[in-house]
Amino acid sequence: MGKHVVVIGGGVAGLEVAGQLSKVGIQVSLIEKDSKTGGNLNKWYKLFPDRRKSSEVKEYLNGITANDGINLMTNTSIEMFNRHRDHFSIITSGGRELIADAIIVATGFDLFKSARKEEYGYGIYDNVITSADLEEMFSRGEISLINNTIPEKIGIIHCVGSRDEKVGNFYCSKLCCVTAVKQAIEIREFLPESKVFCFYMDMRMGGVFYEELYREAQEQWGVSFIRGKVSEVSETIDNQLLIKVEDTLAGRPLKMKFDLLVLMAGMEMSEGGRKIAGIGGLRTGENRFFAANDNHFGSNISNIEGVFYAGTCTAPMNITETISHARAAVIEVIDYLKDSN
Amino acid sequence: MQFDPFVIPFNIGLYFILIYVVTRSVIWFHDLSKPDKLRLQRGFFGLAFGLSLKEIFMESLIHRKILKTNLRLGYMHMSLAFGWFLLILFGTIEADIFGAKHLNAPYKAIFFRFFNPDHGRMGFEAAYGFLMDLILAFILSGLVLAVTKRFYSKVVGMKKTTRLKITDKIALTSLWLIFPSRLLAESFTSGAYGTGSFLTGSLGSWLATFLPAQQMAYPFWWLYSISLGTFFILLPITRYMHIPTELFLIFMRNSGIKTGDQAGTYSEVQTYSCSSCGICIDACQLNFSAGITNIQSAYLMKAIRNNDDVSGIADNCLMCGRCDQNCPVGIELSPLRMIQRRGGEAVYDIRNIYKGYFRSRQTIVSEKAIGSLNYNFLPEPDQKKADILYFAGCMTHLTPTIKNSMIKILDASGVKYNFMDEQGGVCCGRPLMLAGLDKEARELINFNSQMIWKSGAHTFVTSCPICYKVFKESYYLDVEVLHHTQFIKRLIDEGSVKMNFLHKKVVYHSPCELGRGSGIFDEPKDVLNHVSRLEKCNFEDENSLCCGGSLANMKISSQNKKKIAFDAVNELTKNTPDILATACPLCKKTFSAVTETRVADISEIVAEALIIKPLKKISGSNITSIKELANI
Ligand code: SF4
Ligand code: SF4
Ligand code: SF4
Repeated sequence: MGKHVVVIGGGVAGLEVAGQLSKVGIQVSLIEKDSKTGGNLNKWYKLFPDRRKSSEVKEYLNGITANDGINLMTNTSIEMFNRHRDHFSIITSGGRELIADAIIVATGFDLFKSARKEEYGYGIYDNVITSADLEEMFSRGEISLINNTIPEKIGIIHCVGSRDEKVGNFYCSKLCCVTAVKQAIEIREFLPESKVFCFYMDMRMGGVFYEELYREAQEQWGVSFIRGKVSEVSETIDNQLLIKVEDTLAGRPLKMKFDLLVLMAGMEMSEGGRKIAGIGGLRTGENRFFAANDNHFGSNISNIEGVFYAGTCTAPMNITETISHARAAVIEVIDYLKDSN
Repeated sequence: MQFDPFVIPFNIGLYFILIYVVTRSVIWFHDLSKPDKLRLQRGFFGLAFGLSLKEIFMESLIHRKILKTNLRLGYMHMSLAFGWFLLILFGTIEADIFGAKHLNAPYKAIFFRFFNPDHGRMGFEAAYGFLMDLILAFILSGLVLAVTKRFYSKVVGMKKTTRLKITDKIALTSLWLIFPSRLLAESFTSGAYGTGSFLTGSLGSWLATFLPAQQMAYPFWWLYSISLGTFFILLPITRYMHIPTELFLIFMRNSGIKTGDQAGTYSEVQTYSCSSCGICIDACQLNFSAGITNIQSAYLMKAIRNNDDVSGIADNCLMCGRCDQNCPVGIELSPLRMIQRRGGEAVYDIRNIYKGYFRSRQTIVSEKAIGSLNYNFLPEPDQKKADILYFAGCMTHLTPTIKNSMIKILDASGVKYNFMDEQGGVCCGRPLMLAGLDKEARELINFNSQMIWKSGAHTFVTSCPICYKVFKESYYLDVEVLHHTQFIKRLIDEGSVKMNFLHKKVVYHSPCELGRGSGIFDEPKDVLNHVSRLEKCNFEDENSLCCGGSLANMKISSQNKKKIAFDAVNELTKNTPDILATACPLCKKTFSAVTETRVADISEIVAEALIIKPLKKISGSNITSIKELANI
């Protein structure tokens, strides 16, 4: 067909889109702001619900994108794009101009910056870490405190930066509950002597095999789940972390000490995505993610003809959903290019 | 004797209002508490009397404060009030000098032209007539502004104008009719007799060219008298009651009477002194940021006067004090609102409802059905001895960077201190007070007071302005209460801490409770000037904005809070400072949620600039660890 599509973002969605497009013979320029592709996937060691290694998914993605039809441009971002009558002109950070017949935005998500929730002490107390930091410990193969001792009592705090009016995010990030369950199990596996407590508002176990994993965590791994939102964290003299929380099932306030606290940071519209929204005039919703044209049958379609969305730049999604969404975007683009012929 | 039946409406109105005001004043005086009665009596024979006269002249007649905030609006008020005053004054003199005899009944002065149509042809008489015309023209110019303001409030530079009830509308119409009808009555009379000066004379002779001036004059004199009479009779049940009441207010205030926390004469006098000028509406961020336009103080005053249910209004307010600051009448609006909040479930005993002429509501607070107060779960108060007691407060525990910075500063200063609520403490009590639950707050206050006594400290330092205000005002303590900005300023002045200069552009946001609420404006800025490049902004000191995070508003939605915060941050960061500095953990939290600019408490900036002395100076505190000194 001799068509050219620019894909912005080289995470799971962007790679899937690029791979599928090149399969049908469409020329693709894949633009990635980092030095390597993979996006948030690079931060994760193992994935829920089956705890397979994230590297396996990466292998698959690398496999479908390793071909000549894809021009990968790393360390590059988009400075400007304009729609002309039947094509787009795109200026990259390197000053290059790309001419494209369509654009797919796959800018993904950023993890909520947990330091914004100051009362949890991220960035202030050494032994408060995020879910991503814990994954990094997993891939390094050691879970240890700042003074190199092994934590015995570990707390996991759900809904950090999600479902929280005070930080301006009303929505549920959908994946952090199951991530917490997965990580709780992994900690227990890693440190059989440890005790793990999860503090949740609701357990949202709405995916395939999530509920099973939740049950496994309780029955097999003895993880304790306490319903209640943690109000504040402080450090004690012996460098432990003291949390204040209300156990809303028992109806009483609690104070508990932990060696390590893991914050389940939520998902937010990525900074790159916000920039694209600004320069391209793309509509965003109240949750700041890109707003799709129709929630039911147009979730890949933007308010600008020829610009499509793929993956978590429109809402929190897991990897399965992201890949499906990316494939759907491919169909939309192919249709669009056919029509514009 | 010079008399005509048309003066009767005026006379009835005048004597009615005089008797009314005297009776009302007697009732008010009678309802005052003993000490306040004494204050008033002393004031009457003392300096307060002179001060009051001056203030009445400056504020009730000239309207200096309104002139300062808004020139056109001020002119409008001044021309009506001061002009009318001059008209009565010079009218009385005129009647006295030129009238048939001295010491005339008041109506002779008001309707002078009618009874002396031939007067003012030449010389001194004509000059006097000129003066009278000039005053009338002055009033009429203000009236034109007032009429236009009612329909297009922007004309006088106001964004919002107050809404009216029906008696107000009738009273307003009669007020508006007074001066035009006087103008026409005098003009026709002058036209018929060939007298009158530049205004009434010229208009009169022109009108006489095509109208039967002699016959036309009489109905206008009736209209003039009726509008005056109606206005006077309606006065007590309309907002215009503020005119006589304000005199009483000024006198009471100068005598040293304060609002206190119970409803009484003073709160009632203040409520009736509101002129509905609407300045508080324009000052309120709930209005201009959040679009909430029915809870401002002008409406609260009106609702209280009308015996409406005020709880919805009283609770929906940030208690930021911006309206207090701007009210030209000087009504203590926040204390008045607090009275209404406390009376949340009160029963009102309304006495003598003669169609509202003698309404005097007595608040009888009903026992709240919350159940018995039980704070038995509080631990035994216990505190180690120290010179200085540091109390972070619950909000500071939610912003641990502030807490850690204070520890760093306290350690570096070498003072002997204790951290009172290190492991979490008991609330200072102010949130309960703001909700009107004073009794419950007292329990907490007692607990904390014992802690402070046990420590033997001479200085009590807190990081939270909300705590500061309540420790300062509602605790009966024998210690010096300081906000940490004051304390840091002192450490700097004494040379106990040394700092590097941070080359950073800083804008300071003055927190409501610290600035307007407690009058601490300078120390925070002095400290910032010491360590950084402090820049000016448009909303400084008394005029500073509210961050929107106020604990005091129990009604507002979080979206609206966000709008207020967002607008405020936009104003403050107009000149792209490196740091938006504040001195309140709540402001910090509220602002950081809506801006990319770094928001920091002053203590954080100071801690960042601090030059740490060798460790040997570390003193008695139990929280110090080398790690804490090393990091941050
Ligand atoms: S998935 Fe769970 S942890 Fe995440 S935002 Fe939703 S409820 Fe909170
Ligand atoms: S409360 Fe004060 S500022 Fe507000 S309308 Fe009344 S007089 Fe004006
Ligand atoms: S205190 Fe502040 S929020 Fe309340 S009415 Fe006055 S200006 Fe508005």
